Amino acid sequence: MASSPTAARVSPATSTSPASPMAPPRSFLWFRRIFLTLLTGFVMIPVYVMISSSLKPLADVTGTFRWLPSELTFRPYIDIWSTVPLARYFVNSLIVAGAATVCSVVIAVFSAYAVSRYSFRGKRVFTVTVLSTQMFPGILFLLPLFLIYVNIGNATGIALFGSRGGLILTYLTFSLPFSIWMLIGYFDSVPRDLDEAALVDGCGPLGALFRVVVPAAIPGIVAVAVYAFMTAWGEVLFASVMTNDTTRTLAVGLQGYSTLHDVYWNQIMAASLVVSIPVVAGFLLLQRYLVAGLTAGAVK
Amino acid sequence: MRSIRAAATGAVILSLALTATACGGGSTTDGGSNDSPKELTYWASNQGASVEIDKKVLQPELDKFEKQTGIKVKLEVVPWSDLLNRILTAATSGQGPDVLNIGNTWSASLQATGALMPWDAKAFDRIGGKDRFVDSALGSTGAEDQDPAAVPLYSMAYALYYNKQMLADAGVDAPPVTWDELVAAGKKVSKGGKWGIGMEGSNPSENIHHAFVFAQQHGADFFTADGKPDFTNDGAVTAVKQYVDLMAKDKIIAPGNAEYAQNQSVSDFAKGKTAMLLWQSASANLKSQGMADDSYGIAPVPVQSGTPGAGKQVNSMVAGINLAVFKNSDNIDGATDFVKFMTSDAEQKILNTAYSSIPPVKAAQEDAAFNSPANSVLKDTLAQSAVALPQVPDESQFETAVGTAIKDLFADAAGGREVTTASVEAALTKAQQQMPKK
Amino acid sequence: MSPDTAMTATAPAAEAAARKTSPGAEHGPRRRTGRIRRIGLPYLLLLPALLLELLVHLVPMVIGIVMSFKELTQFYIRDWGAAPWAGLDNYKVSVDFDAPVGQALLHSFFVTLAFTVLSVGLCWLIGTAAAIFMQDTFRGRGLLRALFLVPYALPVYAAVITWVFMFQHDNGLVNHVLHDQLGLTDKPSFWLIGDNSFFALLTVSVWKGWPFAFLIVMAGLQNIPRELYEAAALDGAGMIQQVRRITLPSLRPVNQVLVLVLFLWTFNDFNTPFVLFGRTAPEAADLISVHIYQASFVTWNFGTGSAMSVLLLLFLLVVTGVYLVFTSRQRRPSHG
Repeated sequence: MASSPTAARVSPATSTSPASPMAPPRSFLWFRRIFLTLLTGFVMIPVYVMISSSLKPLADVTGTFRWLPSELTFRPYIDIWSTVPLARYFVNSLIVAGAATVCSVVIAVFSAYAVSRYSFRGKRVFTVTVLSTQMFPGILFLLPLFLIYVNIGNATGIALFGSRGGLILTYLTFSLPFSIWMLIGYFDSVPRDLDEAALVDGCGPLGALFRVVVPAAIPGIVAVAVYAFMTAWGEVLFASVMTNDTTRTLAVGLQGYSTLHDVYWNQIMAASLVVSIPVVAGFLLLQRYLVAGLTAGAVK
Repeated sequence: MRSIRAAATGAVILSLALTATACGGGSTTDGGSNDSPKELTYWASNQGASVEIDKKVLQPELDKFEKQTGIKVKLEVVPWSDLLNRILTAATSGQGPDVLNIGNTWSASLQATGALMPWDAKAFDRIGGKDRFVDSALGSTGAEDQDPAAVPLYSMAYALYYNKQMLADAGVDAPPVTWDELVAAGKKVSKGGKWGIGMEGSNPSENIHHAFVFAQQHGADFFTADGKPDFTNDGAVTAVKQYVDLMAKDKIIAPGNAEYAQNQSVSDFAKGKTAMLLWQSASANLKSQGMADDSYGIAPVPVQSGTPGAGKQVNSMVAGINLAVFKNSDNIDGATDFVKFMTSDAEQKILNTAYSSIPPVKAAQEDAAFNSPANSVLKDTLAQSAVALPQVPDESQFETAVGTAIKDLFADAAGGREVTTASVEAALTKAQQQMPKK
Repeated sequence: MSPDTAMTATAPAAEAAARKTSPGAEHGPRRRTGRIRRIGLPYLLLLPALLLELLVHLVPMVIGIVMSFKELTQFYIRDWGAAPWAGLDNYKVSVDFDAPVGQALLHSFFVTLAFTVLSVGLCWLIGTAAAIFMQDTFRGRGLLRALFLVPYALPVYAAVITWVFMFQHDNGLVNHVLHDQLGLTDKPSFWLIGDNSFFALLTVSVWKGWPFAFLIVMAGLQNIPRELYEAAALDGAGMIQQVRRITLPSLRPVNQVLVLVLFLWTFNDFNTPFVLFGRTAPEAADLISVHIYQASFVTWNFGTGSAMSVLLLLFLLVVTGVYLVFTSRQRRPSHG
């Protein structure tokens, strides 16, 4: 990945295509160029620091900052696997975040569909309650949640605390409120005529949901899925007390590189990069769904 | 809407019912049992260079224990960032390990939770008696008037690490013995980007360790005899000021150290940026950073005057790790056996060698491995001139309140603001007012 | 907060609300079962979400509120059913603004408020601007879009620790550039302690937070019909007018939720300050989440910590209520 701003390439190549109503004025293009260049710099400098530091020996990283490594070494990329069980943490994180995302999105789609398309008693209470959960400071329910999981475990034998299942349950609930609220908005913007047409064609309400509404709201669903994934991917506080050595996730596991003796800066950077690559790649793949919006003219 | 309100009320009542069960459920069995005699869970703290290295050190020993007793020990090395929170949640829920490592300064605070098995005379007899352990280490296992909450496992003490070449270049022939000498030596070194001594100014615990020793040297303490916070007595104020003045007035600490909290001062020392360092067993760390063993010396931490000893001549806190048994354990006997195993002479030698700490077990200390010049300094300090931090339940609040106050004072000093007796006293007054009232 | 005001906020447009009838009602061939389904189905669809929210959010919250009325120190955490009731003591300590604990809480509250407003404002502004600028295709757009999401894709710990690395006084990139290379400051500045720490925190928070706003706004832009722009262009509206007259109003439902949740998250953000400053934050950047964490986990006084959390919750409830009333009022006329 290059750190140099890609501004040179920011040119209005196809912006004068027929879809665009009018050619943007030059001042706009210049402003855009400058803005995006600066933004790229702001975004990429820390990323560059990560990359360059991950290729430096430890002594280099703890010394005065230098833009270029005094000597290149790939040692950190080898050491990261033995300093902490990175592979295991990585798999745990993928499982937990992946499962939480799938469950969260499915549940949110159902809820949002109900709120968007039906009027029923308690709708207001539901939406407000769901939103209000976003106001709780995590600290307030960390201990209580832990207690509940332990008690469920004692009563039913389902081990929630310390297991991936407990973490999945927690994270999917964390991302639910926002997912539901966002999807309500996206579903509302899908014209009702479309699902009514589907119902005329003999689909049930669920058929209308999955054949019409969901496909039309794909960008929103993808955005929500990305959000749900990242919520689970980065959470530190709950993971630090609800996991053990075998179920620990990356977000917590990366702290293992800063030990009582030393902070292995170069290894932290290397490990962060390694684990982020699949996620960024996933983003790249999802991108086209993210922007594949409604076809023009679908909305009257 | 009415039915919805009713439903909401129902939900609240249901929550309350769940709450009630949750409340009661925390500790179902008081005291432990021996329901699962063939298994133990052990939470080890991260002592080595990494969690994985710790596993490599400990696993062979655990295998030995299994061979001897048939008890399988499930090991989890818990990073320091998580350890206290994990212990607290374990104490709250009753779901925890059987045996665990605790920082010895937490002993009294954790003892107050009642989650740890008290080590009465009978329990100590099972692991060979209290007499096997060094006194100073036993002094850091809980409140004085109660049975210890844990057994000492690894001991450490502070020493003065000095760069031989740097001191010689500055015309200092011998490592400083008193603080005046240290300041004088530091001033000679501190020029041209080099500095006298390094500190971890943003690490509350490090600050407490040093401030505590300075206070002892001024005949003061941060708690009264009956355990009440007393941060603003003259001795305490003088102590904190003397500590912060190393940067503020004497200018022998680089201002940048005010934000150190991740052992950067060790790196600085290894790189020859600072000539001196106060640390607990830094040898392994210095080696990994490429500093040759013979390029630095180890001396006792300075005192105000005279030589280290008891009373005002104290020059270190008793640092170390204790081994505790979780009261809710379902294998109390096995857990006790495991503590016996870990504190046996043979294991003490192996483990303390691996972690370059000092065994708190007298017999193990005799071993040649702990008689190197470096270890002798630590051993003598522990035996003669180290004192345990206050063993009061509010210890962790004290560390946070006073440690943070000192951190802020260092930030003032680094930012060029004046640090006066009045400003130190104000900071400590504020810290004291944040302590629990009861 | 009255549920009615919040509901109006959910509805994307007054027109849509008026049309809100069950799609199955008129078309269902079997009237009776259709009716039952019509009543039962929405509840069935909501059930999983409801159960999970109850288990993970609501019940723990009720327990948390109960805890705030208890004297829950280390002496009682093991069996906190037995902890003595403290009445309003925990609250009294928290809001006694003449005493250090209350003062510190109040200070922390204002710091958090200032931080949150600035951070959310910047995140939203940058995110929206970037999304609008990248609406048209140009060479490198795909790459740029992926790059912009990188801060969001990095695990929080990794991202923030990198900033710690850059903000170091002696060896950090920031001082290297500002002091050594550009010579803008007389001497290297402190970013992780002292007053500058506020700006360090803000920078990290915006760096980490704006891609989310970008992502959501970008998805929201996809639903704005091209015809609207074309019509506006025919009317002779310029770029800026198009943004003002079409883009922003169309984004309003998305923005309403986005800004609100950004506000709530930023206000409650724990990970960023905790990794940046450790368990004790400098006064200038003493965010309330870390403050409460310190009050409960570091000093082991879970009762006071819970009381502070409940106060925070009440404050956020009020803010959210006012916000929803305000934004909904604003919206009505524009659609009217």
